[in-house]
Amino acid sequence: MSATMTRVSRAEVEDFLFSEADLLDQWRLPEWLGLFTDDATYEVPCTDLPADARSDESLFYIADDRFRLGERVKRLMKRTAHAEFPHSKTRRLIGNVRVLAQQDDQVDAKAVFATYRTKDGVTDLYVGAAYYELVVTADGLRIRSKRCVLDSDSLRPSGRISIVL
Amino acid sequence: MERSEQPAIWVDEGQKFFKVARRNFVDPEIWQAEKERIFEHCWLYLGHESEVAKPGDFITRTVAGRGILFTRDSKGELRALLNTCPHRGAQVCRERKGSAKSFQCFYHGWVFGADGRLRSQPGEASYAEGFKARESSNMTPVPRFESYRGFNFVCFDRDVVPLDEYLAGAKEYLDIVCDQSASGMSIVAGTQEYSIRANWKLLTENSIDGYHATTTHATYFDYLMNTTDGLTGGRMGGFGIDLGNGHAVLEYGAPWGRPVAQWIPAWGEDGRREIDRLYARLVADYGEARADRIAKMNRNLFIFPNLVINDIMATTVRTYYPVAPDYMTINAWAVAPNEETAWARKFRLYNFLEFLGPGGFATPDDAEALEHCQRGFANNKEAQWNDISKGMGKARPSYDDELQMRAFWTQWNNRMFPPPTVNKAQAAA
Ligand code: FES
Ligand SMILES: [Fe+2]
Repeated sequence: MSATMTRVSRAEVEDFLFSEADLLDQWRLPEWLGLFTDDATYEVPCTDLPADARSDESLFYIADDRFRLGERVKRLMKRTAHAEFPHSKTRRLIGNVRVLAQQDDQVDAKAVFATYRTKDGVTDLYVGAAYYELVVTADGLRIRSKRCVLDSDSLRPSGRISIVL
Repeated sequence: MERSEQPAIWVDEGQKFFKVARRNFVDPEIWQAEKERIFEHCWLYLGHESEVAKPGDFITRTVAGRGILFTRDSKGELRALLNTCPHRGAQVCRERKGSAKSFQCFYHGWVFGADGRLRSQPGEASYAEGFKARESSNMTPVPRFESYRGFNFVCFDRDVVPLDEYLAGAKEYLDIVCDQSASGMSIVAGTQEYSIRANWKLLTENSIDGYHATTTHATYFDYLMNTTDGLTGGRMGGFGIDLGNGHAVLEYGAPWGRPVAQWIPAWGEDGRREIDRLYARLVADYGEARADRIAKMNRNLFIFPNLVINDIMATTVRTYYPVAPDYMTINAWAVAPNEETAWARKFRLYNFLEFLGPGGFATPDDAEALEHCQRGFANNKEAQWNDISKGMGKARPSYDDELQMRAFWTQWNNRMFPPPTVNKAQAAA
């Protein structure tokens, strides 16, 4: 890391994660996708896996590379994505934001989340921790990886992750 | 419960109709009767031998409401024990999985081997001589426990027919799935544990429904267009087959890539070499016709009452249970050849997640469809019947006809409402 490089503060990471959550809550998914680098990944492991599980060796709920993340966004913006038509209402509470490490242009951060999804008279809750690898770019922070680790024993009773966590 | 005025299914072969009462999906009495007449008497999937690969390995699992401890004992033998202490009932093992030499019930400290036999208990001197040798001092095994090609089943009815006989025509398809591998199949780490707010039989129907794909999964086929070079691979087409005893299968060609072994452009030249190698192995071992069937055809296999093995863009094992008439829990795993290369494993899992499971591009839409059927059934007093007559009377119903559902419902009806047995003396008179 060059000596002149300014370090990213926790407040900056918080602002970034709050605005990410807001884009998702507003279903502005194409804009949200713009927050990711070209080599980005987005993962949700199964809840019976160890913390260091890898998606090329173990079965996850979601393990998107940047291509499939783009396809996920395209899908969710269609009315034929039946599970999310009409779009559910979501509310993401992000907290306990911490910067874990910084090296070169990369910032590792952790936050906890509680995401509510409401559709057809039912509200489901997703609780867990999100691990980010963020990159400092000329346009601000960007996401190189996002991994959402759920605290629940299983995906019950929500039954699905049809939204982005 | 007795057969009510209105039948549960209504079939007329002549007029080619097959109707299912929507009451079957909502009525709590039906659900109670299913527990007794179906889940107490059918072979039910417990787990795969690879999940307890080494002596001492164990998993705990719930099957038909029972807590089961599935172990491999020190001699390497598989055991299915009821996870309850012979002393005063506490759950003996409270972990999901692991490896252990013995299991200690923490309440009063009785210790059992992985074979369920009592090894020691605190205060042994206060018990009768020979207490430990009594069968009643050991953990109770499930009444019946048998396996077929690594898939282990239990049954709570001591008098059930052997698993081999029960599986009937499904064995041929289990063989095809297992023959993908020269060295055996294993469950991949990671369990998808989810739920759907709908009756469990809706998932049976959905798992073997070739009719809904183009509409329910429109976005998945859009996605495939972008990964397969415009769907140039296998064409959709094939048949639905009744396998006896309520089991059924769809076997069909499809455009997606199969890790064993149908290549798609998204896998590149390295992928093509790997797929060619896998295919050549199949031809060498089984000849071209069977190799083609294993590699290029897809199978949605249903084993009555609640096991699905889908051998499609990846291979999944899925089982599910009703918790209430309108709520089910589902467990699903990926199963793969032991000898699979890291490359192929990676693409298998990538493939799995694009379609399958609660975060995939397809399963959430299935769940949505099932939940909206369940909501629709609120009208079942006035709008009483489902229709599953598609393809009736055809010599060979297509994979997108509804023969498979008819096979399931016919068996379901026979078990729920067996025809009254005629007394031999009366019949002779
Ligand atoms: S209940 Fe298990 S030792 Fe007493
Ligand atoms: Fe489906």
